[in-house]
This record gives sequence, structure tokens and C-alpha cells, in this order.
Amino acid sequence: MKRFLIGAALLLLSGSLMASANESVMEATGNPAQWAIQTGDYANTRYSKLDQINAGNVGDMQVAWTFSTGVLRGHEGSPLVIGDVMYVHSPFPNIVYALDLNNDGKILWKYEPKQDPNVIPVMCCDTVNRGLAFADGKIFLHQADTTVVALDATSGEVVWSVKNGDPSKGETNTATVMPVKDKLIVGISGGEFGVRGSVTAYSIADGTRIWRAYSMGPDSDILVDPEKTTHLGKPIGKDSGLNTWEGDQWKIGGGATWGWYSYDPDLNLIYYGSGNPSTWNPGQRPGDNRWSMTIMARDADTGIAKWFYQMTPHDQWDYDGINEMILTDQEIGGEMRKVLTHFDRNGFGYTLDRVTGELLVAKLFDPAVNWTTGVDMDPNSDTYGRPAVVPAMSTETNGEDVNSVGICPAALGSKDQQPAAYSPKTELFYVPTNHVCMDYEPFHVAYTAGQPYVGATLSMYPPKGETNMGNFIAWDGKTGSIKWSLPEQFSVWSGALATAGDVVFYGTLEGYLKAVDANTGEELYKFKTPSGIIGNVMTFEHGGKQYVAVYSGVGGWAGIGLAAGLTNSTDGLGAVGGYAALSNYTALGGTLTVFGLPN
Amino acid sequence: MQKITVIFLSTSVALGAMLQGALAEDADNITAAYSKDGRYYTADDVPTFNVAEDGTVDWPTYEGFRRYHSECHVCHGPDGEGSSYAPAIKNSAVDLDYYDFLEIVASGKMESKGGTEFVMPTFGANRNVMCYLDDIYVYLKARGSDAIPRGRPRQKEPKSDAIRADQKECLDG
Repeated sequence: MKRFLIGAALLLLSGSLMASANESVMEATGNPAQWAIQTGDYANTRYSKLDQINAGNVGDMQVAWTFSTGVLRGHEGSPLVIGDVMYVHSPFPNIVYALDLNNDGKILWKYEPKQDPNVIPVMCCDTVNRGLAFADGKIFLHQADTTVVALDATSGEVVWSVKNGDPSKGETNTATVMPVKDKLIVGISGGEFGVRGSVTAYSIADGTRIWRAYSMGPDSDILVDPEKTTHLGKPIGKDSGLNTWEGDQWKIGGGATWGWYSYDPDLNLIYYGSGNPSTWNPGQRPGDNRWSMTIMARDADTGIAKWFYQMTPHDQWDYDGINEMILTDQEIGGEMRKVLTHFDRNGFGYTLDRVTGELLVAKLFDPAVNWTTGVDMDPNSDTYGRPAVVPAMSTETNGEDVNSVGICPAALGSKDQQPAAYSPKTELFYVPTNHVCMDYEPFHVAYTAGQPYVGATLSMYPPKGETNMGNFIAWDGKTGSIKWSLPEQFSVWSGALATAGDVVFYGTLEGYLKAVDANTGEELYKFKTPSGIIGNVMTFEHGGKQYVAVYSGVGGWAGIGLAAGLTNSTDGLGAVGGYAALSNYTALGGTLTVFGLPN
Repeated sequence: MQKITVIFLSTSVALGAMLQGALAEDADNITAAYSKDGRYYTADDVPTFNVAEDGTVDWPTYEGFRRYHSECHVCHGPDGEGSSYAPAIKNSAVDLDYYDFLEIVASGKMESKGGTEFVMPTFGANRNVMCYLDDIYVYLKARGSDAIPRGRPRQKEPKSDAIRADQKECLDG
């Protein structure tokens, strides 16, 4: 009854025009001069219709202006541009600057929250923040300490704030938020601290909590209808978030929701993925551990799940499923389908029907992947939709206190959160990837609230016989095949941007912003920014001129894992230290660099 | 278990005093003088590593490698080499007095460098760290003094019954 009343009130408020979505977000993201949410659009394509900078002239591009954030930590995400104002954010302490594009970037206002520094070490892999979002005249920031803040976009005044989690239990935040209709969709981090992941919808108007969907637990917590919510076309049944766990392990079961969110206004569904089950020691959590490692489609109004797809049941390698879900319409097998494409940490590029959750394609996007021989695509099979695990690479089969060697990819995944882009002109996905393998030794751990709850020893190195730790690839999602692949010395940890100018942009850990031809991958431009790039490239137009902008500022998992260089324990002592150390190429420091064509 | 209790009691020592006392005295803080139940100690009864001529390491050093790469490396980087986030603690294990090292792990540490706050959490309540603290210490000391190379130690002494019993008691306690 309550739900009905809220729905009715919404209709009254919004009038006849706003049938779905958030009007201000649709309008803002529909104008290619702006960049209103981190993902560029609700579909997460990271595609811009701007074409002033194109394959023919990008080689002439120059730095237009720069801005220092004053913060040393890893800089993920990107700035936003709304009208004549650019909104810049920083890692912890999560400063927000509003810059006047009409006045050489003069600071219009600055917001700096007061946060307890004790949140810093509870963040497993640097104090990154993947950025702001805009809706209804407000700028939304989700701070490291899980405080969600709505700022007046004009004045920077706090309109409301709400606490989403408890850092003393290891609950923190690194992700952006997504405004949908009258709600703000908010996730949580802490999979390495035994949190129970959830997604929460807050009222955009005043921060009131509307619904929360946990990743595991009773049906009433995970917001499902056991008869109607499906997994690969079949109802999930009762207690799926309980009976796939042993005992109370689900209460500290992980499934954090620190990635990206997308939304289909026609279907009124939001899409996102859940992270690893805790602990990293699979022996301590028998069962499929639903719904960790799962692509989720939920009703935006109620949070009730329409369908799930668990990619890596009973994870044994830390292959979080949180990477972006890119929504496109593509012709597959002669039929136009509404599809969702997802490049998972586990190495599979998945294409699903986003209406029904039907699995259409599951193909490896890095040939080095060796933990699996493929996904069972036979709907009549008992193991339909499951990846076939190679026993030698199973850290569960090998057992506690046994070092499983040569597993590809490493826990970083074949791709981490760094988002891919999609160009409707070329119908290709442009994917920043990791090319790193690992040894993984699980062991027994005890749980203490607010303390790391990991339970495995890892060492990482490039695939045998190779020295490049990353590739930037063009992927055909219809067939699941690589069109071209550009080797990079380090993992590509920067989000890509595709444009109507047939150019694709990405950053590298050494600090290069690169522009390549969208059709051939040919390098057209590069510029070395002040520090390694783990931010995402964005574009905007101001005063009739197109600009491209990116944060540099090395850090995050990349800065921790690669700063000192990798070792290869399986190759023997001769290879130790033989791989490039990122610290030989770049140093800390947050800077925004804005590029444009010469006047 | 007794050792851990002592650390809790000493948490009131000021950070400044900890840094003052950081540098080891003239005493040899590295060389193993004797061993007991598969563990090695300096002449001052401080835990240390032992690497045989063929490269075989003592069990605690090997255990330290494993525990370090579970609990510590997500901030301090692989092999104690440091990262963009936290310093290279393989050097701290050599430079710091043993008891100061334990103090910092148990109580945490906070300092501001160049306007950036560096915060190490308190691990005093974390059995996955505290039950293996000597192991992590001797492993890092072996790394910091270049007695062992980066990566997983190839050969190790067997785990003694005494070590096994102590680990069980600590983890279950």
C-alpha cells in the first residue's frame, strides 16, 4: 500500500512529461556539451556526439589548461561539466571544487567535508573516489566515510546529508552514485572487511531512505520475489541468499557494490554487479554464495530484482563482478536485441538480453585467461551458465595452505572497474584491460569487525613469456571477439572515451593520455601528464570549442600492486624484479589536464 | 599470548617517543645467536630470521611471507617494497627496535606528510595479524637486510610442533 502511495505521489508531482528517468539527468546527458554523470549517460556508453576533435586533427591537440587538486592520492573518476561550470572532485578528503569555465577556471566554491582519518586504513586499496553526479540542481558526493551529501550546484551549500554505512565495521565508499527518477542509487565498499554489501535508494529531495537491497541474506533483505525473480530464465526459489551459504557466513558475506550503475528508462531497471564473497579463502564458505559475483537487474522504484546472473559461483580468486554494465541495442542472429555487455574481472566478456537476463555470449577477452575452459551455453544442461573450472587452477580443490600457481587473471581481474566505452558508429567496445597472473594461497582466517578479513596470500606477475601487463582492446560484443589489441607496459587503469570524431581516448599508468583511431587502433596522439592516469577521460564543449579532460594522479590498486614492480616467483629467482616498476615512471600528485585544438 | 598482553599495556607510549627510540642500539639486531623450537633469536632474545647456505629459510620467515601478503601488502605493496599508499616497511623492520615495531602494529600510527595524512590502523584486536606478528617481523627483517630476495621463499624448514601448538592456541583464544 505504501509503495502505491509513493508511486501516486510521484505522478502528481512530476506531471505528464516525466514518465520515467530523471528529467534533469536526461536533459543534461542529452546535451553533448555537458558531462552530467560519471558514466556519460544512463547506458554507460562513455560515448560523446562531439566531433570537432576527430581522427583527422587530434594529432594537433594541445593542453588548454590545468588544475591541481592539491591531493596526492589516486585520482579515479572524472570531472563533470554542467553549463558553464566544471565540478572537480578529489580522493580523501573528498574535496569538491566548482570552476567557472567563463573565467579561466576561477573557483566559484569549494566544499571540503570533515572526515575521521581513521577511515583511511579501512579502505583496502587507497582512498580513491569515482566522482560526483548531477540531478535537479544538486551535486551528489558519496564520501569515503559513507556520508552521502547533496550540494546546491550553484552555491555549494549542503542541502542534505545521510550516512549510508559504518566505517568502524569496515563499511566505506569509493563509488559514484546514480540519480534515477526521484532517487539516488548508492552502493558500498568493504568486501575485504566482511561487510554485507547492499544498494540503497535515497530520496533526491531530502535524503530519506526508500529501499535497500542486500546482496545476500533472507528474501526480504535481498528484495526478491522467489517465484518471479529469475536466474537464467528460472525462478530463483525461496531463500537463495541463505541456502547457498553455510551457517551464518552470509552475515559477513561480502558482495560489496562499489562499481558502476546503469539504467534503462524504458524498462525502468537499474543494472549493477556485486563483488567477491568473503573471505578470500573459499574453504570457509561452502556453497554458491549467492548473490555475490552477480549481475543484477532491479526495479528502480521498488528495488525488487527482476533477474540475476551469477557469473562466478563460489568464487576462489577474488573476481568481483562490479564492473560496468553497458546497455546497447544490437542485432544478434538477425534480431535486434536490447542487450547488456559486461567485461568481468574473471576474463569473460558477457552479452545478455537485458530484458530477460538470457545469456547470449560469454567469451574470453584476454587469451591469457586459464582458470576456466568456458561457460556452459546449453540451456538444458545442469551446469548451464556456469564457468567450467580447471582443477589445477581451483584454489578450493587445491585446498587451504596450498599455493596455487600460474592462475590468470590475477585478483585484479582481466579488467577492474576502469570503464570501457562503446561507439554506435563502429559498434565496437573499447576496453582497458589488465594482463597479469597470480599465485594464490588460501588459509583460515578469523573475523573481527572492522579488521581486514582476507584469508589468502597473493603474488602477481605478467603471463609467462610476456612483459606487458595491460592491453587496450576493441571488442565485438555480438560475436565475442577481439578486433584489435594494443599492448601496454602497465595495466590500463583509465576509463575510455569514444567520440563521434572516430577517436578513442584512454590514459596509461605512466601518465600518457592517448588518442587512437576508433577503427584501426592506430595511435594518433599522446601527451605525458604529471602523474599516472587512473581517472576516466571525458569531453565537453564550451564557447563553441570541444575539450577533452582527464585526471592524473597515480594510486589505487594499481599504485599499490605495481608501484614497486612485480615479481615472478614461479620463474625462479632470475626473474625477480625483472618487470618494470611503476615508481620508475611516475610519482604521486593530482592534476586535471584539459586538452583542446589550437585556436 | 603473554607477549600480546604486554603490547596492549604499552599502548600509551607517545608517538614521538616511539620515533626517538626507532633506531636500533649498537646491538646486532639481525644475526641469529640461538634457536628454539624452529624459531631463531638474537643474543638479545629478539626474534630474527635464519637463512641456510642453500637458501632454506626458517619456518617463521616463510609464514611471515604468507601473512604479510594477506594482511599487509594491500597497503605496503608486494615484498615490503612500499606503494603509492604506504611506505616500504621492509626497512622499518630493520630500522625500528623490535618492541617499537610491535607497538606500531598493535596501536597504529598517524602522521601528516606534505599535507597528506598517513594512517595505519590498530591491529591489536586482529588475531590474523597478532598471532603471526613475530613471523611478519622476521620476514620483513630478512627482506630489509636483503637476506632473502623478493617473492615466495623456495625452501623452508618444517613447521615445528611447538609453533603449530602456539598458533592454534593463539587463533582459538
